[in-house]
Order: sequence, then structure tokens, then C-alpha cells
Amino acid sequence: MATETVSAKPKNNRVAPPSMLRRHGSQLGIIGVGIAMWLSFVIAAPAVFTNANIYLAFMQTTPQFGIIAIALTFVVITGEIDLSFPSIMALGTAAFCLVTASFGQHWILGLIAGFAVGALCGLVNGLLVAKLNIPSLVITIGTSFLYRGLELVLMNGTGVPMTAKNYPELHALLRESFFGVPVQTLWMIVVLVALWVLLNRTRFGAHVFLVGDNPTSARLMGINVVSVKTRAFVLVGLMAVFAGLLTSIYGYYFWPTTGDGFLLYTIASVFLGGTSVFGGTGSVVGSFVAAFIIGAINAGIVSAGINAFYTQLAFGLVIVVSVVLQTVIERRIRRQSLTGR
Amino acid sequence: MSTAAAHKSQAHTSADAPPVIELRNVSKTFGEVRSLSGINFKVHPGEIVGLLGDNGAGKSTLVKTVMGFHRPDSGGEIFFQGKRIDDWSVARARGLGIETVYQERALCEKQPIWRNMFMGREPRTKWGLLDVKKMREESARLMSEHMGFTSAAVHPDNVVTTMSGGEKQGVAITRALYFDAQLVILDEPTMGLSLTETKKTLDFVAGIKKAGKSAIFIDHNIFHVYPVVDRLYVLDRGKVAGVYDKSEISMDDLIDRLYRVARSGSLE
Ligand SMILES: Nc1ncnc2c1ncn2[C@@H]1O[C@H](COP(=O)(O)OP(=O)(O)O)[C@@H](O)[C@H]1O
Ligand SMILES: [Mg+2]
Repeated sequence: MATETVSAKPKNNRVAPPSMLRRHGSQLGIIGVGIAMWLSFVIAAPAVFTNANIYLAFMQTTPQFGIIAIALTFVVITGEIDLSFPSIMALGTAAFCLVTASFGQHWILGLIAGFAVGALCGLVNGLLVAKLNIPSLVITIGTSFLYRGLELVLMNGTGVPMTAKNYPELHALLRESFFGVPVQTLWMIVVLVALWVLLNRTRFGAHVFLVGDNPTSARLMGINVVSVKTRAFVLVGLMAVFAGLLTSIYGYYFWPTTGDGFLLYTIASVFLGGTSVFGGTGSVVGSFVAAFIIGAINAGIVSAGINAFYTQLAFGLVIVVSVVLQTVIERRIRRQSLTGR
Repeated sequence: MSTAAAHKSQAHTSADAPPVIELRNVSKTFGEVRSLSGINFKVHPGEIVGLLGDNGAGKSTLVKTVMGFHRPDSGGEIFFQGKRIDDWSVARARGLGIETVYQERALCEKQPIWRNMFMGREPRTKWGLLDVKKMREESARLMSEHMGFTSAAVHPDNVVTTMSGGEKQGVAITRALYFDAQLVILDEPTMGLSLTETKKTLDFVAGIKKAGKSAIFIDHNIFHVYPVVDRLYVLDRGKVAGVYDKSEISMDDLIDRLYRVARSGSLE
């Protein structure tokens, strides 16, 4: 009876699909913001923004936080937040440096150690949040200090040079351009595609949405909320280490302060990309585009010869205006009133 | 409780096949609140069991314990087809063919219908990836053919928030029936439904019986429950106050006893 797999379309033509706008509103919105901003840059400083160099510049730096933003989107969709990833970037990269150095520059062992540390940090975050039900906003501030403290103690506060001489293969993978395209951006595209599939085409991804929407309903239907949330935190841990390596190799040096200053760019990318702070909705494509918008503002303002003091002002304007617009449009689409339900 | 009735009900069912589900001496305590105490309860294959009792009697808690959502206090035992199961969980229960329409519906309202329909049991392609196409198509087919919903709000891509109460309940009911469960549990499924939607739901319960499957049916309206069930449990303040075969009690008699329970806590 009910289990036949007939794929007949409903005959009744009153069943209309929701509009394109309603289904992809926030993604289309952020892409619109991106295009509008780019056009205004081109008009304001055509000489700079028709030159490829500016693009090459921010295509090298944006992925350093953009890759984490894509992973962080998972955690935010589950209704949580992770503020400890800058420290995980540093701790994981420190593990890479220490292991690589003690095993005769064996960088593959170093990578394994680095990613293992990132996964472990994410696991601790996830279990504290999901198993013990501690608000993630609070506990990841705590673990942030913990991981950073551990790294500073391990490294004794000193950095490590990461030159191409030490491990040329890794530099080729993570730093050199690939047919003229900054390899960092290629990696970010790889991460985007992989995590898009993970979010939209696997059971885990489906459960990420359900858990963030209504954890009780998810549990009643047999979804393991603790496991889903924990895995999302582990994903952030892994991508934080990857970003830490990209960042350090880009600068030829591992600074014990790696990750400082990444927190707000990354989180802003997730929210600017249309992922809801209330959980249950969000898009990795949105975070990807938003990260490049934030990266472009940074590079654009400096290259256009505008005083760098204006950067923060521009960020603020773009983020506040976009998020306000998103909220207003979203509620219009869902036919809810602005001042309540 | 009336032990005589309990004995007789045992005799009436297909004696050889073990119960689909059985609870023995199950209690459930939430902090200070004891929602269930010493419950013995079972459902035989092909049997429709009614569960009656005032608000707060523990009906939903019983259902969630059967589903593995609540773990019984120590001393309680759950048997599935005669085998004692210690690591009972919702995923396990659903895997073994038990589906529930929860009183609170258990929907994720910001998600489209197709995600809700297959929540926790998402179909996959041969590559192991989510079969989104199938989820969409099956949702559309089930909602229109099965439930007869034709309004624009029930397109599979629409989010549940925008739907009416009856349509939301339709998603929850269709979902429970889709997986061809051998035991379907319906916890106050007609609450907030229109007359025609209620009739459709009752027809579904009758259909479960015809298909040879079992059901647990909870409803405050005794005129809904009595005609479709084989056996009735009356719950009062977390205890089984009585078990009746339909053949041994008339509807009027049952109504009388329910009033008596509500007043004095005793059926006699
Ligand atoms: N998760 C819970 N935590 C605490 N108390 C609960 C919980 N679930 C149910 N209860 C309590 O258990 C009792 C029975 O509730 P319930 O099973 O929902 O009754 P019914 O479905 O018969 O109306 C009520 O007093 C209710 O407050
Ligand atoms: Mg109830």
C-alpha cells in the first residue's frame, strides 16, 4: 500500500511549487549584495578593480578564514556556535610543527598529528555542548582559552619558520599558484563542494538541519542529536587546522598568535551568508560568497587608496545593512509581521 | 486493576504469536513526578489497542517509553516479539517497524515537507547519497494521493510553518503510515482536525486492522476509540486502572466507568 514506489506527479494542478525567491531567497540576496558591491568598487576605482592583481591578493587571503566559515555553517545550523576555532588553528598548526620537526621534517606525520588535534578539540567542544547541554557560546569561550593556553605552553611562546626548503611538497600544495589561480581559493572551492555534498546530500547533513530546527522532534524521530552536533564541531576543528596551515605557510612562519583577528571575519561570513542564528536554516554557498565579500572589502579599500581606517566602517555598513535586509525579506516571504508573529 | 479482565484478554488473542510489544512493570519518574508506575501493557499482532485516560494520566509517556524515547526506571522491562530488549531506542524501534504519530507531531517546521516526511529514515541512492529526488516525489504523491491534500501549501518544497493544523497533522500521519509499520501508534491524532480530516484518520486506523497490522490509538473522544479497537486500557495517574476486551464492555458502561475513575480513581 503506502510503500509502493510510484513516482507519479500529483495530478492536481493547484499544488504549486514555492517561488524561486522563497526557496533560495537568502542565497540570491547575498549574491546580489556581492555583485552590487563589486560594481560600486569598479565604478569608484576602475584602475584598481579592472586589474587582476587585486583579485589575486584577496583570493590568497580570504580562504584563510573562509574555509572555516563554510564548516562553521554546520555548527550554526545546528543552533550552536564555536568561538574556539582561532585557538584550534594555532594548536593544530603547533602540533604539525612539533611533530614535523621531531620526525625529520616528515610533514605527512605532521599533517596527521595536526588534524588529529583539530578533531580532538572539536570532539571536546561537541561533547561538552551536546552531551552535557552546556551553552556553546559559554563553553567555547572557555575551551578557546584552554586550547590557546595549551599551544602557548607547548611552543613556549615562540614561532616556527615554515619555509619551502623544509617541505617543498606542502608548499606546492598549499601556497604556489595553480596555473595562475591562487591555490588557496582552489582549496576553498574543494571544501565548498565537499561540504555542500555533506550538508545537502547525506543523512548527516539532513540531520544537521533537523537538529537545529527542533531537537526534540529530531530525537522523537530517532535522530541522535548528540552525535550530529558533535560531528559538526569536529568538522570545524578539522577545517580550523587546515586554515591554520594555509595561513602559516602563506606567511612562511607559524606565529603562536595564529588565528587572532579571524573570529569576527569568520562569524560575520556565516551570518552575512544568510545562515540563521536561530538554527535550522543556512547555506554553505552563502558563507562562501560572504567570505569573499568580506575579503574584497578589505583588499578593495586598501588598494583603492582609501584610508584603511574606513575598512571597519565599510564592513559594518555592509554587514548591518545586509543582515537587516535579509531579515526583512525573510519575514515578508514567510508572511510574518516584523514586530512579532 | 481488574485482573480477571487482563486474563481474559490474554485468552482472546492468537495465543501462539508473542505480543508485538510488551511492557512489564514499567515505571517512569521525572525528578519528583512519577508519570508511570508499574505498568503492564501489551499489543498482540493484528490488534488495535485503545488507551484512555484523563490529561496527565501518562498516556503520552507510555507511548514514548514504547518508542524508546524514554528509558524506563530500573526494574521495568520491554519485550519486542517476546524478546527482552535492553538497548531500546527510537531508531531501533523504528527499524523494527514501529511508527508513531506523536501528540506534539514531532515536525521540524522550518523545513520543507520532504525533509519532514523522511525524518530519521532518509532514503539513499546506490552511491550512499541522499535520494532527494525520491524524497520530493514520494512526498508529493503521498500528500495528494494518500491524504487528498490539494492546497498550494502542501507542495513538497514548502516549509511546514505555512501549513494549516490539519495539513501538519497530515504530514505526521502520512509519515507514520508510509513505512509500512507493523505497529502504528497514534497519540490524539484527531486533535484540531476538521470533520472530514477526522473521518479520514479514523478510516486509517480501521485500515491498519484490515492490513493485519497492530495499532495503539489514543483519543479523548470515546466515540472515536470504541468502534475501532479490540481492547482498551484505562490509565489513571500513571497506573493501569483497567483492561477490557471490547466484547465484555458496552460503550455506555465504559463511559460510566471513566466518569467514576475521574471522580474517585477507581473503576468499580
Ligand atoms: N519530560 C517530562 N518531564 C517532566 N514531567 C513530564 C515529562 N513528560 C511528562 N511529564 C509529566 O508526566 C505526567 C503524564 O503526562 P503525559 O504522559 O503527557 O499525560 P497524557 O498524555 O496522558 O496527558 C504529567 O504530569 C506530565 O507533567
Ligand atoms: Mg498526551
